[in-house]
Amino acid sequence: MQCCCEEKKGSSVRLSDARVDLGLLNEVLDHYREQEGSLVTVLQKAQEIYGFLPLAVMRHIADQMGVKPAKVFGVATFYTQFRFQPVGKYLILLCQGTACHVNGSERIETALCQELKIKAEETTGDGLFTLSNVACLGCCSLAPVMMINGQAYGPLTPDKAVSIVRDLAKKEKALAKEGSENEN
Amino acid sequence: MKIRIGMGSCGIAAGALPVMDAAHEEAERLGLDIEIQSTGCIGMCHNEPLLDVVDDDGQVFTYGKVTPDQVGAILEGHSKGEVLPKALVHGGGVKNDFMDGQVRVALRNCGIIDPEKIDDYIERGGYQALARALNSLKPEQVIEEIKVSGLRGRGGAGFPTWFKWREARKNPGDIKYMVCNADEGDPGAFMDRSLLEGDPHSVLEGMAIGAFAIGAIEGIIYCRAEYPLAIRRLEIAIAQARGAGWLGENIKGSGFSFDIRVKQGAGAFVCGEETALLASLEGERGMPRLKPPFPAESGYWGRPTNINNVETFANVTWIVQNGGAAFAAMGTETSKGTKVFALAGKIKNGGLVEVPMGLTLRQVIFDIGGGIKGDRRFKAVQMGGPSGGCIPEALLETTVDYESITKTGAFMGSGGMVVMDETTCMVDIARFFLDFTQKESCGKCVQCRIGTKRMLEVLERICNGEGKSGDLELLEEMAVTINQGSLCNLGVSAPNPVLTTIRYFRDEYRAHIEEKRCPSHQCKALISYTIDPDKCKGCVLCARKCPVSCIKGEPKKPYTIVQEECIKCGNCLEVCPSKFNAVRVQ
Repeated sequence: MQCCCEEKKGSSVRLSDARVDLGLLNEVLDHYREQEGSLVTVLQKAQEIYGFLPLAVMRHIADQMGVKPAKVFGVATFYTQFRFQPVGKYLILLCQGTACHVNGSERIETALCQELKIKAEETTGDGLFTLSNVACLGCCSLAPVMMINGQAYGPLTPDKAVSIVRDLAKKEKALAKEGSENEN
Repeated sequence: MKIRIGMGSCGIAAGALPVMDAAHEEAERLGLDIEIQSTGCIGMCHNEPLLDVVDDDGQVFTYGKVTPDQVGAILEGHSKGEVLPKALVHGGGVKNDFMDGQVRVALRNCGIIDPEKIDDYIERGGYQALARALNSLKPEQVIEEIKVSGLRGRGGAGFPTWFKWREARKNPGDIKYMVCNADEGDPGAFMDRSLLEGDPHSVLEGMAIGAFAIGAIEGIIYCRAEYPLAIRRLEIAIAQARGAGWLGENIKGSGFSFDIRVKQGAGAFVCGEETALLASLEGERGMPRLKPPFPAESGYWGRPTNINNVETFANVTWIVQNGGAAFAAMGTETSKGTKVFALAGKIKNGGLVEVPMGLTLRQVIFDIGGGIKGDRRFKAVQMGGPSGGCIPEALLETTVDYESITKTGAFMGSGGMVVMDETTCMVDIARFFLDFTQKESCGKCVQCRIGTKRMLEVLERICNGEGKSGDLELLEEMAVTINQGSLCNLGVSAPNPVLTTIRYFRDEYRAHIEEKRCPSHQCKALISYTIDPDKCKGCVLCARKCPVSCIKGEPKKPYTIVQEECIKCGNCLEVCPSKFNAVRVQ
């Protein structure tokens, strides 16, 4: 017999052994080291700095805060906010709340996955987009809704969602072109 | 003349920013000296973006679904005393059942003041309640005022607020805490977001009043990270309140000191449960613990702590300002005052409404909410989020108060009402909620952790057309076990969505299990899309729109869907022109 937790693909956490500059955390650690109960806040600040939580960062936090790495890992994996792999430049939070569900959020997900050629919780190869399903964004009267880097969009149709993402991709392409022309 | 533009998350999503830009440009172009104010959400989300014109007599004209190119005409018209009738949704003689049917207590300032300006709040009577408490009431008298009001916690359970405050006051301790639970996790509820975005000071003031009553020195607002705008506006409001002397040391010379900080949640539904919230505040995994001791006795860092919901605090401020009796004059015998509801789902006029307790569900959904989108048939309303249940059409006359809603098997919760029509499959809804609670179970209690997983498996099986006889009984049996074996309300109430749907929609379950049929055409394994060869004119629209290219044929001749390849996305049904109406789902 197999444990039910094993059945679902992706439920085991993949950690990143990316090497990052741990010095960026010094200020945060100096501020919170003596403050009891600040582990969640430190992890949030660390994620703000690095965009995700590499293994080395979690070990460093454990070491500096005087707690076991298992505790840091346990707390970090408990909360859905924390990520262990880098995210794309645009983080798409696709709402899967009740109102969005009854108004067809699943079709939006299908359309976005097809457009970006990724599954939910994955990042596109060019590092531009990460698609993530979230519980509820609280914009229920605009259902179905998605939020990209803090900006909410709705009510969506599959076509509308795709065109929003395409516009962003186009914008990035233009920016990249401009950048390379400037270099020349 | 003054204009106001709704700049809540929902307004911005609907396009309020370009409307705001247009307002500034047009005012300058027309040479009008008008004040342009940004406000929070007034609740009429179905008409966003919203623009109010307040004329010199104080009369308000509300325009809905405003586009940037309409703004010039609206401003120019009003400068000559004319209105633009086609976009007018309220005021100027236009009746609006959505707004006119409301009594706004908690939401009194939402959509009216600029949430980033403390002076706007003060102009509307802000901080007078705190001044009254500090200058002329004793802490016990504040608690008495709340008792008279009959206010019950708006976060879900409906526990009397005064009782919690009295306990927290009674329990000894030099250091006590006042916590605001803004971890609004129920999918389908957004009143707390709207309040924090639209009127953050009323929540801060309510917290300060409560802190004075129980003797707390520090306040913490635990706000979910999914609400970035609410967090930003809270931070601004706290800084302004400190600057104006309404927070901090020795508030207005009263000798009472109290300050507030915001703590961002990290994404865990269970943290809405108060003991889990406290664990999370202490930097731990947000896992609930056994009560007693209640937080009033041993809460944050083991000290007496009181936890109330956002809406409760907004009510507290109103009650201390207007008197408990005025609040108690509204509502029913056991559920006093007003309640904010979030109307969403298949409803015509979605948004936030605040009504006195005791209206019927029909009044809220049909008279105020305008009924069902596309005039389809009402099927059920889901109340109480994942802890709640689905209330069927036959019970639409149920009055909205804590006891009556609980009797239906649902739950008042924080006030989310997700309306469902005939195209919503109730088995799928039960599966949806169990999927949610199963993912959000913290894992502490075996019955909740494994029980919800097993229930979800059964529901998935039924939705996939593999349901067996005895499945309903199995679900009901597991529901009892999970309910009895779980420590906190997440587990205790997790089976509710399943139990209520089985109770009211048993036939729909039977259709899935016995006939392998989904009457609402939602469960993909149980439906198929076909094209009626007599009606199809070969316009190719569906074939072009099919994401897996499984619709074959030649233009101008009937097309067919290759069933083995179809992913049942429904695009073909949607794009088939209504004059042909050739795509069938069964």
